[in-house]
Amino acid sequence: MKNYSYFPGCSSEATAKGLGLSVQAIAKTLDMELIELENWTCCGSTPYGSLSEREAILVAARNLALAEKTGLDMVTPCSSCFVTLYGANLRLKQHPQLMGEVNEALAIINLEYHGEVRVRHLIEVVFNEVTPEVITSKVKRSLNGLKVAPYYGCQMVRPDYGFDDPEFPQSLDILVNSLGGEAVPYPLKNRCCGGSLIISEEGLALGLIRKLLENAVENGAQCIITPCPLCQTNLDAYQSRVNSKFKAHYNLPVLFTSQLIGIALGIDPISLGLNTNIVSPSKMLDYIYKVKQGVESGA
Amino acid sequence: MKSFVDEVVATPGGENIRACIQCGVCTGSCPVANEMEYPPREIIAMIRAGMRNEVLSSNSMWYCLSCYMCTVRCPRGIKPTEIAHTLECLANQQGFRVKGTRTPAMYRSFVSSIKGNGRVHELGMMFRYYMTTNPLAALKMLPVGLKLFLRHRMPLIPKRVKGKEDLSKLIQKFAEIRGSE
Repeated sequence: MKNYSYFPGCSSEATAKGLGLSVQAIAKTLDMELIELENWTCCGSTPYGSLSEREAILVAARNLALAEKTGLDMVTPCSSCFVTLYGANLRLKQHPQLMGEVNEALAIINLEYHGEVRVRHLIEVVFNEVTPEVITSKVKRSLNGLKVAPYYGCQMVRPDYGFDDPEFPQSLDILVNSLGGEAVPYPLKNRCCGGSLIISEEGLALGLIRKLLENAVENGAQCIITPCPLCQTNLDAYQSRVNSKFKAHYNLPVLFTSQLIGIALGIDPISLGLNTNIVSPSKMLDYIYKVKQGVESGA
Repeated sequence: MKSFVDEVVATPGGENIRACIQCGVCTGSCPVANEMEYPPREIIAMIRAGMRNEVLSSNSMWYCLSCYMCTVRCPRGIKPTEIAHTLECLANQQGFRVKGTRTPAMYRSFVSSIKGNGRVHELGMMFRYYMTTNPLAALKMLPVGLKLFLRHRMPLIPKRVKGKEDLSKLIQKFAEIRGSE
């Protein structure tokens, strides 16, 4: 069992409740001890950084300083928190003057940051430390060739973390296959879903979401998976809006990567928060559960 | 007063803007370039030409989705995504009014939710956003909101966050240290 300082992110408790629940549910089985960072607040977020860049870095720095005290790697399941915390960490290390000002402010709440935290995306940890091979050995319910469109979104692979390829990522494809599923070709796998502009520019974002759904269906996917709370909400909760705007009939479940891993690990659907998904995953669950399970008794 | 291009160069991420060769890969990679008054390549040219008012009053940077495709592909190491964030901050701080986008109002609602709760409370954020822009548009969003609520994804009351007071103190102190940005 390895310990991590866990940063859930705001949405893991709300719009992306299925993410928070499923990550907690799979962690133990994967020998990860996720210790929730005490008194964490908003990561600093892109909207914050778009109004006041330095103040957003300050907010991130408070979380980084708290994580540094634990001496553990800081792991977040949220791609947006990841890009923010990772970026702020880099900026602070590259700009000593900014670090100085931030630390001067942090002193008032008895914190100090030295730039020593390693910020990591949960998927990167699962891929590099748990590894697909070990996951395969823990599979209790093979996905039985379930056709899955792996949707990476943007901020798990860009701008540049040295983890997966920013244009042709593979990690989710490999994870899907390690669960007994089949990752279908998905050319738009790293294109943007519209992010938070779904609120202020809905028509624009719905057009981007439609392309992503269409591309998954064209390639025979029975579901889409994604690690990102914003991508999941856009593709899942706004699917009906896409249908009414474009007179379409999409009915494609959109799961968190951690939910799909949990299904294959034999964890029950409620613990994985599958009841919080808006497009019902029942048809794909029937497909997985009803097909004869060869490895179930032995695993 | 610093020239506009120097101002951008001085911000984190703006360093390489003088290296731009106007190849247009950023614009070609941007999923929303055709929504912008001036697409990314043009914005960079305008910054270098010192067109401060035209740039900061445009809607271009407010359309940036932070997908970082331009940043990954730029052959000159320029980070147009970061430049967009910088321009948003400058426009916001210098009080530029932007026509044709509600994104600044949405971001402000988002940040005020963070400052009020320590974390984002989505329902409160949405409420504030619709009240400051177009309350009637909220009706259109009710079905989506209701679906999220029924699946326990839209808490009515913000969670009590212990770090909230510390965060307020910190932000206040930082403002004192920096003076007004």
